[in-house]
Amino acid sequence: MSTTVSQLDELKDEAWSGGKSPFAVEYGKIMMWFFLISDAFTFSAFLIYYGTQRFTRISWPDPDLVFQSIPGIADHGYPLVFVGIMTFILIMSSVTMVLAVEAGHRRAKKEVVVWMIWTIIGGLTFLGCQALEWTHLHHEGYWWGSIPAQYTGVDTIGATQFANLFFTITGFHGFHVFSGVVINIIILLMTMANTFEKRKNYLMVEKVGLYWHFVDLVWVFVFTFFYLV
Amino acid sequence: MSAEHTHENDHAGEHEGMTKKKIWQVFFYLLAITGVEFFIALYMLPKGLLSHGVGNVIYIVLTLVKAFYIVAYFMHLKFEKFAFKTSIVVVFLFIIYFIVLMLNEGSYQNLYMD
Repeated sequence: MSTTVSQLDELKDEAWSGGKSPFAVEYGKIMMWFFLISDAFTFSAFLIYYGTQRFTRISWPDPDLVFQSIPGIADHGYPLVFVGIMTFILIMSSVTMVLAVEAGHRRAKKEVVVWMIWTIIGGLTFLGCQALEWTHLHHEGYWWGSIPAQYTGVDTIGATQFANLFFTITGFHGFHVFSGVVINIIILLMTMANTFEKRKNYLMVEKVGLYWHFVDLVWVFVFTFFYLV
Repeated sequence: MSAEHTHENDHAGEHEGMTKKKIWQVFFYLLAITGVEFFIALYMLPKGLLSHGVGNVIYIVLTLVKAFYIVAYFMHLKFEKFAFKTSIVVVFLFIIYFIVLMLNEGSYQNLYMD
């Protein structure tokens, strides 16, 4: 009886030979990534349609003129200032989120709680700012299917498409921020209830973190294509 | 949650890439890039130091740089395995092609329809 193992029966241990996770990423995290890809496709479709409309129309509202107010402080004359504040808030909340994830790796529960609270505050502040901006634009006459009277003739179609897409895209993004805040609150409560201490890992914080960074990522693109270009 | 449990050890060594120092470094990169965008929008374009076409190209390049920093460092993709990175990134070729198609469409209409 031979003790040599035939080549077929030899135990293979490469990444894709089976028996282990080839990506070395936890299942839920992979699924979060794949969800985010599908979400990225939705946002891409919206933004690319916006770009197409802008290329199609002879005239388009000037963002420096549409977005020049700081609600509650100045009605006009400050292009980009308010959206700059909003962008800063969202980047900042992305940083506090990544700090929560970092604390989670060290299983430092108290730090996770503190950074999650800051992230939630950042998200809520952003939503508040967006509500102010929507209110301001609505008072000026912009809404789905409606534009201020200053647009006449050939300018009306570009302005109408601008208004429709502005409220749809920032609304869809704002809804993501809102969902993110709700999920962050749930994770905060789970952290405080020691759920992750019992699991001995804070992977859930990482997964919500991925979602939250994605929301920030989308805003980077919305900011460029609505406010800068 | 036993599945998560078994990966506990895999994850211990995997996250050396993101320290607190690195996080704040990436934050300042993002802030600085946004600062440059504001400088272009509020100073260089109004003074006519830059044409709008060139300005837009710079905006888009800077946006992609910011996207890279967020995805690579904040979302940690840079430190994942090559196969996983590929499975996430390659699908965006479809988006690039979609952009090409739709901009073609848009500029055609602009030239001949309005």
